[in-house]
Amino acid sequence: MKYVDEYRDPALALALVERISRRLRRPWVLMEVCGGQTHTLMRYGIDELLPPEIELVHGPGCPVCVTPLEMIDRAIQIAALPGVILVSYGDMLRVPGSQSDLLKTKASGADVRVAYSPMDAVKIARAHPDRQVVFFGVGFETTAPANAMAVWEARRQGLKNFSMIVSHVLVPPAMQLILQSSANRVQGFIAPGHVCTVMGFHEYEELANQFHVPIVVGGFEPLDLLEAIHMLVVQLEEGRADLENQYARSVNREGNLSAQALLREVFEVSDRKWRGIGPIAQSGYRLREEYAAFDAGRIFGLRDVEAEEPQECISALVLQGLKKPLDCPAFGKRCTPMKPLGAPMVSAEGACAAYYQYKWQPREELTVQHA
Amino acid sequence: MCLAVPGKVLSVQNIDGEFRSGQVDFRGVRKSVSLAFTPEVEPGDFVLVHVGFAITRIDEEEAQRTYRYLAQMGALEEEGLISGGAAQ
Repeated sequence: MKYVDEYRDPALALALVERISRRLRRPWVLMEVCGGQTHTLMRYGIDELLPPEIELVHGPGCPVCVTPLEMIDRAIQIAALPGVILVSYGDMLRVPGSQSDLLKTKASGADVRVAYSPMDAVKIARAHPDRQVVFFGVGFETTAPANAMAVWEARRQGLKNFSMIVSHVLVPPAMQLILQSSANRVQGFIAPGHVCTVMGFHEYEELANQFHVPIVVGGFEPLDLLEAIHMLVVQLEEGRADLENQYARSVNREGNLSAQALLREVFEVSDRKWRGIGPIAQSGYRLREEYAAFDAGRIFGLRDVEAEEPQECISALVLQGLKKPLDCPAFGKRCTPMKPLGAPMVSAEGACAAYYQYKWQPREELTVQHA
Repeated sequence: MCLAVPGKVLSVQNIDGEFRSGQVDFRGVRKSVSLAFTPEVEPGDFVLVHVGFAITRIDEEEAQRTYRYLAQMGALEEEGLISGGAAQ
């Protein structure tokens, strides 16, 4: 496939690793923000190809992982109501809430459906005017325009039976939280290329300037990530802290203006709780008042329930780059992708799940999978 | 979750008079994709698709620039710093 295969050339990858090694004078800690990037790095073993002076820590950019337990509990509660069809991205189905998950809720008789696109949920609503169709809208800025379009389109079509659980998070406030922490170890960031495809990169320029930290917008293929790491190393060794764009075939400074206009039309920025991290001010989207009729939270009038995270889980430290998954005593024993304790193990893109899949071979698979 | 896949636009249609959609080829698999956020796209363009929406037209010139940069890596190969491979 064009724009994929040529970015996976092993010889060029080794050449880039060599080029990175030549530039290195000091050790550096770099963070890739997006879970998709974490997945590529682990899948291709890029972290192990790099010289040991480069430590990669993994960011909070997995929206499935950081969706709060309460939000999942709420989706499960709504799905169990009579007359409801709950539609979700497939990634969310297995994610455990505090008691159950959507897959089990479906098995016990609820109408839970998987959609590839939020527009599928709008079609389901049109086809079933007698049912309430609720879309579980999670995601970062990459996904937000599609979810906004589903709400906009439902209103245009005059649908009275479509609503959304809006659980949207934004990347820059989470990066700011990491940078403001006195314990921060991250010296350079690979910014999320698809988020920036939508939003542009001016917010990241501001972060680079404010915190004097180099940030490179990076793509998702192995050569993209190696080139981004090379660009960061060059900046760090030269003492620069600029915003640079490795992923220029998709990202420009302004981003996708049509998508941003629709985001502003449908959503407004709000405070948001992140699983494993806690509340972050102005770090998510909610529906604007004009679209309140499509807010599943209001329609179903559910009370906010507080859910407790397991104490043993160190995900807050993992998501901020302060600990690695293998530092956790529960990893692979009491916490596995089949029975996750916390955020980074729940989705394939979470750092713990990526380590589990690519770096850790359970000695007895059966013993870690029993319920 | 933020996975986005490049595909080639084969044809463009108007639906409902509101937004355009396109037939997009992904390694031989064809899918209908919304072009609501990429109104400039024409058949033959490559787009990056996420949950049924093209979120950008892939910039061929920028892609070429990256290829040239990556091709320079091949020079390291000639210097004997790495062995074998498909560097051009």
